Amino acid sequence: MSIWISMIIAGIINYLTRLGSVLLIKPEKLSENTKLILSFVPSAVFPAIIFPAVFLNETNTLVSLNDPKIAGFIVAIIVGYLSKNIITTIIAGLISYWLVIFLF
Amino acid sequence: MSKRSENLLKGFYDVLPLLLPVVPFGIIFGAIGVELGFGPYVTYATSIIIFSGASQIVFFQLLSNGASSLVAITSSSVISTRHLLYGAVVAQYLSKLSITWKIFISYLLTDQAFAVSQEYFKKNKDDDFKHYHLLGSGLTLWIIWQITTIIGILLGSIVPDELGLTFTIPLTFLALLINYFRKLDHLFVIFLSGFLSIIFYNAPFKSYIILSSLISLIAIYLFYKLRKKA
Repeated sequence: MSIWISMIIAGIINYLTRLGSVLLIKPEKLSENTKLILSFVPSAVFPAIIFPAVFLNETNTLVSLNDPKIAGFIVAIIVGYLSKNIITTIIAGLISYWLVIFLF
Repeated sequence: MSKRSENLLKGFYDVLPLLLPVVPFGIIFGAIGVELGFGPYVTYATSIIIFSGASQIVFFQLLSNGASSLVAITSSSVISTRHLLYGAVVAQYLSKLSITWKIFISYLLTDQAFAVSQEYFKKNKDDDFKHYHLLGSGLTLWIIWQITTIIGILLGSIVPDELGLTFTIPLTFLALLINYFRKLDHLFVIFLSGFLSIIFYNAPFKSYIILSSLISLIAIYLFYKLRKKA
């Protein structure tokens, strides 16, 4: 299969995953239970992007405790909890990550 | 300023901090595409046609490792299935839009745009032009992704590896969850899904994201169901 055809098929399917629910779901038909569960979508999806990127290294094995990513992760959680500010959280996490890399 | 342009700008401002990882990631993606031998046109075209960083990288990596087209298409599609969940959330607020709007705005439903715009939707249910927020956040992301892909294609990996900017990806997603850090039920879902994603990381076709998400959603559903009974 040519790369262009594969790409277009992948693109169409990718787009359909975005369009599918928006087009087909009728909010008035959603039960209160379903709406409650949907409010957990960010909390259910984002960790699956976060955790492997923090806790696994290139060889898919667990990182060691002194990995700079762990420091950045913990600091970001604490600062996020206290500040409730997205930008402060990102910057605090990144700075502590860099501190561990460049100082130790 | 009209409500339309006000919301458009708000979407733009809200998504700005989340661009921190998008810029280096776009450049790295453009550079990787060319390095893996896909050439500038194919590499760039994926940023328009697939328009999803994770899916694009997986697509290229699998093909260059000798996987069949079918495996590459399946994996990049499975990794995208999380959008079905995003769509289900925003569908609650966008049902009054015309089909044309839905067809157009769905193209812009990325992780970052979803994250900031669903927050806006939740707080502004009665705003008739709330979809302009998603238009603003989505278009901003789209434009930045196009520009950075092109920079990566033209200039190669100009982002120094030592900066470890790939770490900003999990960091921004973590920052998006701070509003939930004080809620025990959300913390439960966050840590369950995170734990499962490590366990399932090597599951076929990059299905770990959707598997961890669905199992955690089912778990919280069961939790509430049992609590109601008790």
